[in-house]
Amino acid sequence: MIGLTKKLRSIGHHVVDAVWRTGYAARFFFLILLYSGTSFQRFRLTVKELFSSGVMSLIIILVAGMFVGMVLGLQGYETLKRYGSESALGSLVALSLVRELGPVLAALLFASRAGSAMTAEIGLMKATEQISAMEMMAINPIARVVGPRFWAGVISMPLLSALFSAMGVFGGYVVGVVLIGVDQGSFWSQMQAAVDFQHDILNGVIKSVVFGVAVTAIALFEGYDAPPTAEGVSGATTRTVVQSSLAILILDFMLTAFMFQGD
Amino acid sequence: MPPQALVEIQNVNFAYGNRPILKGVNLSLPKGKVIAVMGGSGCGKTTLLRLIGGALRPSSGQVKVDGQVIHELDHNKLYLMRRKMGMLFQFGALFTDMSVYDNVAFQMREHTDLPEEIIRDLVLMKLHAVGLHGTHHLMPAELSGGMARRVALARAVALDPMLIMYDEPFAGLDPISLTVVGNLIRRLNDALGATSIVVTHDVQESLKIVDYIYFIADGVIVAEGAPDEIRSSSKPFVHQFVHGEMDGPVPFHYPGGNYQQDLGLRT
Repeated sequence: MIGLTKKLRSIGHHVVDAVWRTGYAARFFFLILLYSGTSFQRFRLTVKELFSSGVMSLIIILVAGMFVGMVLGLQGYETLKRYGSESALGSLVALSLVRELGPVLAALLFASRAGSAMTAEIGLMKATEQISAMEMMAINPIARVVGPRFWAGVISMPLLSALFSAMGVFGGYVVGVVLIGVDQGSFWSQMQAAVDFQHDILNGVIKSVVFGVAVTAIALFEGYDAPPTAEGVSGATTRTVVQSSLAILILDFMLTAFMFQGD
Repeated sequence: MPPQALVEIQNVNFAYGNRPILKGVNLSLPKGKVIAVMGGSGCGKTTLLRLIGGALRPSSGQVKVDGQVIHELDHNKLYLMRRKMGMLFQFGALFTDMSVYDNVAFQMREHTDLPEEIIRDLVLMKLHAVGLHGTHHLMPAELSGGMARRVALARAVALDPMLIMYDEPFAGLDPISLTVVGNLIRRLNDALGATSIVVTHDVQESLKIVDYIYFIADGVIVAEGAPDEIRSSSKPFVHQFVHGEMDGPVPFHYPGGNYQQDLGLRT
């Protein structure tokens, strides 16, 4: 009986903790938006963060995009050849990238490259009392430290995902046209005909903006909420990668269901 | 008439959850003075600074700074009040992504519209005051512990605060740096006409530089007095603390039950 009470109490405790933390995260997110004006006033801070989270993620995004495109070229060609429609390779590569793989994979890479770095940086700033020092100097750390990082993430995510898709298309072209020998004209013309600006590209951009918001918000919250110890920061970094990866995939399903239903 | 108090702590209680930290603390900080708050680790010294800075709210009682009750101020007024305070954190808390120059200039840039040339002169003057002229281009990682503490001190006094708070300013410093930082605390206080509160457990260094000392143990003030009174105090706690004795009112042993019984020597 006592064991059961203990268990029930522990479950209750966890539920209350989880609800409390969700509320805290929502409040944190609201504060980021509230203080965005202040963050934008010092736009050079956002530009600095754009460099460290966006530009520094370029190499991994470009290389990954290239290889994903090359794999798509190979696999797509193998499958399409069975139905004698190799000429549709261009549209297959472009549609898969623009609609799904570009936004999703770029966001996953961004979460592990830039998201984890943001969490570790803010967690360490907290552990070394830099955040408290800022508060004691009457400077709001959410406006000064968190806001610029958030907007840098939101701005760089769609750009990175566009570059990922562009490199992917190039990779598909290299494998499909240059190496395998699919007709160049039909590769590009099928792609142009199949990809619709609003339906495919714009929806892809919307996806990547949503992922950018999710990844950076999770990364910043985890860093800000990290216990100020070595284990605390390392645990928070792990949680950022795990939670943002799951969030990306779940949000992707939901967005896809809304955007492409009845296709 | 006694000098007017800049900070008044009246009957303050504070608890983290169910764990009481401060139990009815009364303390006053006269203008222009340097006072020390001493006590063992975890006795609530840092909590006291956080209460003065408005980072925590007392469970009961009040903390007044410059005549205003800190926990009754709204966000904007609290931030205005904090602009008049400087704080030196335990390990400096320098912004590691900024150079020494940018660290010291940080508040000037954030809170004033001064042109960059004037900020530059001010930063160089502050760095000179702490004896670190010529280090402005270094990054915090390139500084020794003592230098980092001095840069943090220059940053804490960047806007000429009326109140300077020091959280363990001597922790982890070599003897030379210790004397340097101790002297700077006194000199800066007097030069700026500020008031300082030093939270520390370094007895010898602080006895040399402060005007008055409070001892905290178990959340209450157990002793207070000028340095000479403290040195010659016969109170057992103060005596043990000042002379660093191993056993006394603060026992060497953790109250961990019966040792012999745990070893199985006695049933």
